[in-house]
Amino acid sequence: MSGPSTYQPTNPALQWIEKRLPIIGLVHSSFVAYPTPRNLNYWWTFGGILSFMLGVQIVTGVILAMHYTPHVDMAFNSVESIVRDVNYGWLLRYLHSNGASMFFIAVYIHMLRGLYYGSYKAPREILWILGVIIYLLMMATGFMGYVLPWGQMSFWGATVITNLFSAIPYVGESIVTLLWGGYSVGNPTLNRFFSLHYLLPFVIAGVVVLHVWALHVAGQNNPAGVEPKTEKDTVPFTPYATIKDGFGMVCFMIFYAWFVFYIPNYLGDPDNYIPANPGVTPAHIVPEWYYLPFYAILRSIPSKLGGVIAMFSAIIVLAFLPWLDTAKTKSSKYRPLAKQFFWMFVVVAVLLGWLGGKPAEGIYIIAGRVLTFCYFAYFLIVLPILSRIETPRAVPNSIADDVLAKYGKKVASAIVALVLAGGLMAGGTQSAKAADEHGGPTPPSLSWSFAGPFGKFDRGALQRGYKVYKEVCSTCHSMSLIHFRNLADVGGPGFSAAQALAVASEIKVQDGPNDAGDMFERPGRLADPFPKPFPNENAARAANGGAYPPDLSLMAKARNYDRGFPQFVFDFFTQFQEKGPNYIDALLQGYVDPAPKDFALPPGAYYNKYFPGHAIKMPKPISDDQVTYDDGTPQKVENYAKDVSTFLMWTAEPHLEARKRIGLQVMVFLIIFAFLMYFTKKKVWANAH
Amino acid sequence: MTTTSSAEHTRRDFLFVATGAVAAVGAAAAVWPLISQMNPDASTIAAGAPIEVDLAPIAEGQDIKVFWRGKPIYIMNRTKKQVEEARAVPVSSLPDPQTDQARVKEGHDQWLVVIGICTHLGCIPIAHEGAYDGFFCPCHGSVYDTSGRIRQGPAPLNLPIPPYAFVSDTKIKIG
Ligand code: FES
Repeated sequence: MSGPSTYQPTNPALQWIEKRLPIIGLVHSSFVAYPTPRNLNYWWTFGGILSFMLGVQIVTGVILAMHYTPHVDMAFNSVESIVRDVNYGWLLRYLHSNGASMFFIAVYIHMLRGLYYGSYKAPREILWILGVIIYLLMMATGFMGYVLPWGQMSFWGATVITNLFSAIPYVGESIVTLLWGGYSVGNPTLNRFFSLHYLLPFVIAGVVVLHVWALHVAGQNNPAGVEPKTEKDTVPFTPYATIKDGFGMVCFMIFYAWFVFYIPNYLGDPDNYIPANPGVTPAHIVPEWYYLPFYAILRSIPSKLGGVIAMFSAIIVLAFLPWLDTAKTKSSKYRPLAKQFFWMFVVVAVLLGWLGGKPAEGIYIIAGRVLTFCYFAYFLIVLPILSRIETPRAVPNSIADDVLAKYGKKVASAIVALVLAGGLMAGGTQSAKAADEHGGPTPPSLSWSFAGPFGKFDRGALQRGYKVYKEVCSTCHSMSLIHFRNLADVGGPGFSAAQALAVASEIKVQDGPNDAGDMFERPGRLADPFPKPFPNENAARAANGGAYPPDLSLMAKARNYDRGFPQFVFDFFTQFQEKGPNYIDALLQGYVDPAPKDFALPPGAYYNKYFPGHAIKMPKPISDDQVTYDDGTPQKVENYAKDVSTFLMWTAEPHLEARKRIGLQVMVFLIIFAFLMYFTKKKVWANAH
Repeated sequence: MTTTSSAEHTRRDFLFVATGAVAAVGAAAAVWPLISQMNPDASTIAAGAPIEVDLAPIAEGQDIKVFWRGKPIYIMNRTKKQVEEARAVPVSSLPDPQTDQARVKEGHDQWLVVIGICTHLGCIPIAHEGAYDGFFCPCHGSVYDTSGRIRQGPAPLNLPIPPYAFVSDTKIKIG
């Protein structure tokens, strides 16, 4: 991209094209012949990884948009029908939702790499600023994407974030109304967010082109921070950088696939599996993990406008970095003090992220203020002063000299540190959510047949669980996302199509109108959803003492409790995803009658050890011998609870078995591929040394 | 580099080819779900289950239109005259030769059940119109007879017969 190309194809047809549109020359000079410093380490592969992730997000996003309905009444269910009904819809959705997190993990590594090695210094200021713009666009895109599934967190996240603009004096309220297209977050808001969420990735792609262009004019920085002088300092982009980036990408894909196939909801918020309800705010509004540090900064300033300004400044300050840090030496490798402060900054940022997921109270507020000060001090005080007082070590004369020095040993430990840091932040979110919702004991962790990488549902448990649901739960709880046909689905309770039809035809479904304009009743069909116990929410409340028995379809993914530090870090490695079933199982067995003496039980409520706040409106739903088991399983509450929890896990995640099965295939493939890439890379680079 | 032996070369080439091949397999496998998602989803397939239609209200000479899998289906209770017309024509003179008997269920000869989608470019022909007392497609003027066979105009084929069966004398199941 850096000027006219001298590349001449030999093929006459290509020559003909090249004369008229020098596109092959452009590609050749940018991605083949382009000289790249020979001492780049693996931190430099994240540029390629980010391009890959942008591609993944655009492809999966365009596909999801083919099935998604941006309407407040249908958005939530359309996302669920993607996951349940569309071929590989679960895969595409999890790729997209986890892809956003992977994109941000990669961009944070990419940014920190730039920070550490001084990649923002002359002549790369514009390159860096373009990067900051891409990061801002990513944040906007990610936020609007999170609104689209229209769950509780979508709705309340949209409300809170758009309300940031209300802090602007005089015009704030009008701006917020303009953003909403109404007097509150509603259908117009959802529609425009969908439109912009589709648009912005292409804007990002455009700025990425500028970013790469600027990169190819200024040339890449490198770990030594000295510019290439002779040909010995560089290698051609292809094959050297291509194969190295490729290897880095495959390793990143393994990490990505771990999330998609084994812990797809690890980074998500369970509240977003509850449909948006404009009348009830979740106990803790927590943004996605990648915004947490800035959210912490926002909350630590005790003034509305001040907080918003601080939050935006925390990002904008990055753009001024080239003029805040004026040290001549680029790479922190040769700056003993800057290096230490860099790592302190990383710790500050991670701690801010952790605080962002904590409730804003007590010690957390003080800590937030101290860390916010540290964050800004790094840019506004430490770096300017260091540039003046620090004596750097001698930098190598040339890149070729630097190659003789060893590097890369730190990579492994740094990756572990980053994984831990990421886990810390994510866990922070989760612990914040559950912290004061659950004053009571933590539900015991049971052993589930569907846990772990080879997990499968226990068919017997699913069938018994269905029986319990049908005979007990379904008298009050709906299950609107499940259809009779699902009973015969692969990976489900294992009914035959005929059995499922027999179940369906037991019920009467209202249909019509017929030719005479009358509604009529017909037997249920496979395509019909499970019947609702009440015609509408008001009827349900009236029949249940004012409480609305929630829909159970997604219950096993919508409930959560605190696992605490460091347990949630281990959960990443052990693929622990069974909080929902543990909680449901515990809840069903958690009734204590009479309630403890010191507990003031409101009238019409029952005491439950595991229910948040302990006062539950649902009476003890099941007791021993209430449901007849035909297979000899003891008819105990313990077994009822476990079976129905298993059944609810299936209704929440009907393709769990397919996910884990395909996950195993993908993992085996990627690991083999990573080995091949590694050896190929070694062979290619053998020529360069 | 110039001193590498040929054995080493072969080993290197094999590695490159193997890596390339695995990459190609991976790319192809990754494309599969991206294409497959375009096929009808499970709810669409379930909604396309067979339907039953009661024929009792359809008087002789009348027709109704029902929808199955989003397609309009004409169910026509033909008059004696219409049946005779359909059977009188020499089959060999037709653009898409087919006897009327082959297009209806034996014993239920007055009932014509056809998918009402013109075989030209998919418009919906109007029943009881056109020179052959059957169907007339207003889009480009295709004319079908009382057996739904193409007689005139640009359409190449007869109106297709959907899969159906009589469950009783007055009830059919389509699909
Ligand atoms: S579509 Fe019917 S004649 Fe062209």
